[in-house]
Amino acid sequence: MKYGIVILSHSPKIAAGVHDLIEQAAPSISITFAGGTEDNEIGSSLEKIQKAFEDNQGDQLLAFYDLGSSKMNLEMYMEMTDLNIHKYDVALVEGAYTAATLAEIESPLASIEQSLAKLKIK
Amino acid sequence: MTITLEQATKWINLFIEKLEQNRSTLNELDTAIGDGDHGTNMDRGAKAIKEALAKKTPADLSELFKTVAFAIIQKVGGASGPLYGTAFLDMSKEAKSESDLAKLIGVGSDGIKRRGQSDVKMKTMIDVWDPTSQALANGQLTKEDVNNYLNSTKDMVATKGRASYLEQKSKGHLDPGSQSSAYLFDALLEAMGA
Ligand SMILES: Nc1ncnc2c1ncn2[C@@H]1O[C@H](COP(=O)(O)OP(=O)(O)OP(=O)(O)O)[C@@H](O)[C@H]1O
Ligand SMILES: [Mg+2]
Repeated sequence: MKYGIVILSHSPKIAAGVHDLIEQAAPSISITFAGGTEDNEIGSSLEKIQKAFEDNQGDQLLAFYDLGSSKMNLEMYMEMTDLNIHKYDVALVEGAYTAATLAEIESPLASIEQSLAKLKIK
Repeated sequence: MTITLEQATKWINLFIEKLEQNRSTLNELDTAIGDGDHGTNMDRGAKAIKEALAKKTPADLSELFKTVAFAIIQKVGGASGPLYGTAFLDMSKEAKSESDLAKLIGVGSDGIKRRGQSDVKMKTMIDVWDPTSQALANGQLTKEDVNNYLNSTKDMVATKGRASYLEQKSKGHLDPGSQSSAYLFDALLEAMGA
């Protein structure tokens, strides 16, 4: 089993920033992201989300998102794909960092999820 | 009442027209209680639907709704993308074996509730979709009814979507998604009437 992490944000800079931040904690984990609309405005784009998941090298994909429609677009995509995606309703930065740290040391999914449960905010 | 491919095509074309004409109205409504992009989002969707329909003429009702759904899902972006997209995708599945208008709109409305994890009285487009589907089931929907559903969102406090961050301050404004949905159903009545 190989973990991958996918970051979704309404802001291209937040998505890229969270990627940069957690990459340090997880240099061997595939981390991909989708931020903003097609024109890199604030918003979300299903095409970008799709690409972020398809480009990821992991086979258990841990997904983190920020506001409103990123969640809806993510759930919509999850209904359309066969990839193994786990969606977490947790604080984006702290959640992704926690998952990255634990994925890097190959913690089992159950214990990653136990740590994430404390960060649930939505 | 059933809907034919011809009527539905007319419906979608009229909806596109209204979205293009009212882009700034929708943006203004969304500026008051959201992030000001609902008109831009829906206009992007309208252009994508137009392009998709020009590329390939749908063979039946189900295919028409699917084309609309995919264009919206891929291009709209904001919350209204997955919401309208899910409504039309679910309607497309239903239309494989069903052409009753009330049933189709009911399925669309349920799709929005599922996608948005929401229901009536939360100051969202559901406050237009849900009563519209019920009125259609009772065989009596007028433009005046649609307008009343839209206006009912004015005094609601939003509990879903961007506007919910404003809490009590969301009161006194129309919900932008309800306004675009009112355009959708005005377009429907025009297409069915003629
Ligand atoms: N959870 C929901 N359920 C049903 N309708 C919703 C929900 N959230 C938002 N809406 C509808 O969507 C409309 C806003 O659409 P818009 O295109 O402006 O997306 P947005 O809120 O800006 O999206 P984003 O979350 O990407 O910023 C609202 O006016 C409301 O009618
Ligand atoms: Mg908006």
